Amino acid sequence: MMDAKVPTQTYPVGQHPQLKPPPTERGIIKWLRERLLNSWYNTLGTLLVLYLAYVGIPPLLDWLFFDAVWEAKNNKDCWAQGKGACWGFISKRFLFFMYGFYDSESYWRPNIVGAVLVATGILVVFPRTPAIWKRYTVMFLIFVFPWVALGLLVGPVRFTSWDSTSGQITNALIFSGGVLLAWRGYKTNNAMTRLLGLSLIYIILVMAFVTWGLGLKEQPSRSFGGLLLTLVLAVTSISVSLPLGIMLALGRRADGLPVLKYFCIGVIELFRAVPLITVLFMAVFMIPLFLPQGMSFDDVISALIGMIIFNSAYMAEVVRGGLQAIPRGQYEAGDSIGLNFFSSMRLVVMPQALKIVIPGIVSMFIAIFKDSSLVSIIGLFDILNVAKTSITDTKWIGLEWEGYAFVALVFWIFCFSMSRYSQWLERQLDREHRN
Amino acid sequence: MVDAAVGAGVPKRARSIYDKEVQGVVWQVVVLAIVAGVVYYLYSNMVANQARQNITTGFDYLGREAGFGIGESWTTYSPASTYAQAVFVGFLNTLAVAIVGVVLATFIGISVGIALLSRNWLVAKLMSVYVNLLRNIPVLLQIIFWHTLITSERFLPIPREFLVENGPQPLLGSVYFTRRGIFMPIFEGHIGWLGALVGLIVGIIGAWLLARWAKRRMDDTGQQFPAFWAGIGVLAMCTFVGWIVMGAPTTVSYPSIGRFRVSGGMTMTPEFLALLLGLTVYTSAFIADIVRSGILSVPKGQIEAGRAIGLKESVIMRKVILPQALRVIIPPLTSQYLNLTKNSSLAVAVGYPELVSISNTTLSQTGQAPEAILIMMIVYLAISITTSLLMNWYNARIQLVER
Repeated sequence: MMDAKVPTQTYPVGQHPQLKPPPTERGIIKWLRERLLNSWYNTLGTLLVLYLAYVGIPPLLDWLFFDAVWEAKNNKDCWAQGKGACWGFISKRFLFFMYGFYDSESYWRPNIVGAVLVATGILVVFPRTPAIWKRYTVMFLIFVFPWVALGLLVGPVRFTSWDSTSGQITNALIFSGGVLLAWRGYKTNNAMTRLLGLSLIYIILVMAFVTWGLGLKEQPSRSFGGLLLTLVLAVTSISVSLPLGIMLALGRRADGLPVLKYFCIGVIELFRAVPLITVLFMAVFMIPLFLPQGMSFDDVISALIGMIIFNSAYMAEVVRGGLQAIPRGQYEAGDSIGLNFFSSMRLVVMPQALKIVIPGIVSMFIAIFKDSSLVSIIGLFDILNVAKTSITDTKWIGLEWEGYAFVALVFWIFCFSMSRYSQWLERQLDREHRN
Repeated sequence: MVDAAVGAGVPKRARSIYDKEVQGVVWQVVVLAIVAGVVYYLYSNMVANQARQNITTGFDYLGREAGFGIGESWTTYSPASTYAQAVFVGFLNTLAVAIVGVVLATFIGISVGIALLSRNWLVAKLMSVYVNLLRNIPVLLQIIFWHTLITSERFLPIPREFLVENGPQPLLGSVYFTRRGIFMPIFEGHIGWLGALVGLIVGIIGAWLLARWAKRRMDDTGQQFPAFWAGIGVLAMCTFVGWIVMGAPTTVSYPSIGRFRVSGGMTMTPEFLALLLGLTVYTSAFIADIVRSGILSVPKGQIEAGRAIGLKESVIMRKVILPQALRVIIPPLTSQYLNLTKNSSLAVAVGYPELVSISNTTLSQTGQAPEAILIMMIVYLAISITTSLLMNWYNARIQLVER
């Protein structure tokens, strides 16, 4: 079959030049052939997708951008200006979407909290931060930040015990007891006593700080709304349910303590079996019934309690997965060097177990963030409910698409970036396991 | 505390409190006491509060007349029915949307999951957009979105517009897509359909027995038998015979559009559709990812081994990839099914009368929150335990394949 016209040439051994592959086997043509047109059904798929894109994308882009109205006074004004989306609605209502009914002169307060949270978060997440910085940042986030954030967001919080004389005396007694214990602990070099003393001091200091609340104006929790409320609910329930979940997971594995074990199993399985909305109903309708007469929680706190309990149960299962992946030898190693249960958990098991389940924890974060939208059903003004209310406003009625699209975009940005982070982490951890 | 005692140089006490077992018992008694104390405290507060607000307690209210109507129901229900019947209607509606949703979500999820692994770059990218877009938007928002879309004036007509000359035309002659729901023809109720159902069940058992026999014969003698097609044949035959024997009904009820109401046929309400679409689409995005990672978890060598011993690609899929992928897929799939069922409770936002929605109405009418919430939780607990048991049983069967 050799054609005579094909130029042939002989080269000395080892001198054959590098020839390019034929044009159909390289570059964009190869890619097209292999990835789009390699068989009749793939070609069909390509054509179908292209057709869908042709039908769907231009009108969508027109609606989203080209025909959209960016400035408007009300819905009629919008419709008069163009037939695309009315983003003027969002820009006019932007602050309401972000802060709800929060006092407009105090917007700087949540802004600071958010900025600090983002900055410290980046510091912790960024892989090249020196370990000691990370340590201090985490300590700051756990022990100082919550109370500062509370003071900034809400202002002073009143405790009945703080105002009364007997309460003050009790506090003073606890405080001095704490100082005494801590001093004694330092003297005798006893970690347990020292810890007890320091925590008593810490509790009283926190109470004092929270009552003072940075001396700012009080903001009722009813005024929280929009993205602010969504974030407060999500971040708080995430950060409280993680330690609670760890405790539940450890309790579930405590084979020597059957009562504790079955209590934890019961809590975990009960709350994992029921939908969040029933837990929220329970929180809103039952907590007022459970409290003694005269005491009341507002709905935000009730919802938060419901979300925390619910998410702790899920978090416990995520953590349990990590605990099960740790080889038995690690537990035994902790025991054999004489660590007690808590030290062995803190120093040996947990660092390894939590590292494995970081992707799972991030997925939980995403789920919690999305689930926080359920509070709109029980009447809290999270960002979804703000959108629902805004589109019933007579000035903006009929703009549900714009409202929901904006809320969807906000949720999507947060959740997608978290899921990308989790995938990156997973690859990172994979690499570490390989060597 | 034990360390504190040692550190302080306290002289040796009775050995027993250092004993781990004794400590364990003590701690557990303490925990139990605290839990019992808290529960008792909350309970006594609740009783006192209910007494003060003149709320009756107990489950007697279940026997009283409910007094509210329910839009869609699988059993006979009227406002004169009892609360217990109302809750039961809600339970059936939850099951309906959950079962249809699970089937659809599985189907879409598997298709999208396989398409995610397509060699076709465009298809794979489109599917990845589908998954990443829908997974990261709250399902509640998606349900509200679908409800707005279906009931919006921009897209669908109202039934009356079909009566107008030059108005919209029904699809396939008698399927009406309207803002008030989808109206479509359905076979009229007849004992023959029950016969067909019984036939179907008999057929399934028959096909299963046939498959077992065929497998045993192949193991013994090596002779193959087209068990799949024969099974399908048995299935179709039994169903057909059941249908014929019980009277072979063929009457179809067509929806007829009137000026004010639609009669006959079957109706799918906008609430049901919105909930179904929202749940299905959202869950299918998760299932797609589960299927994708399940298939990817099968080592490449397994497929190459299949090719090396000369198996057809379809046989490799059925006998090599799927059995191994399913082991990875089933556990997370189970939790997605449960999530879908639990998320069906979000119907309360669009007004589809399922369990939570009806319990919520009950709760606000009677004020008996603890009872209503308890019933809700017990029902969900039962659903979730049943699903877990079924899926665990299936999972155990699959795991046995491992040698």
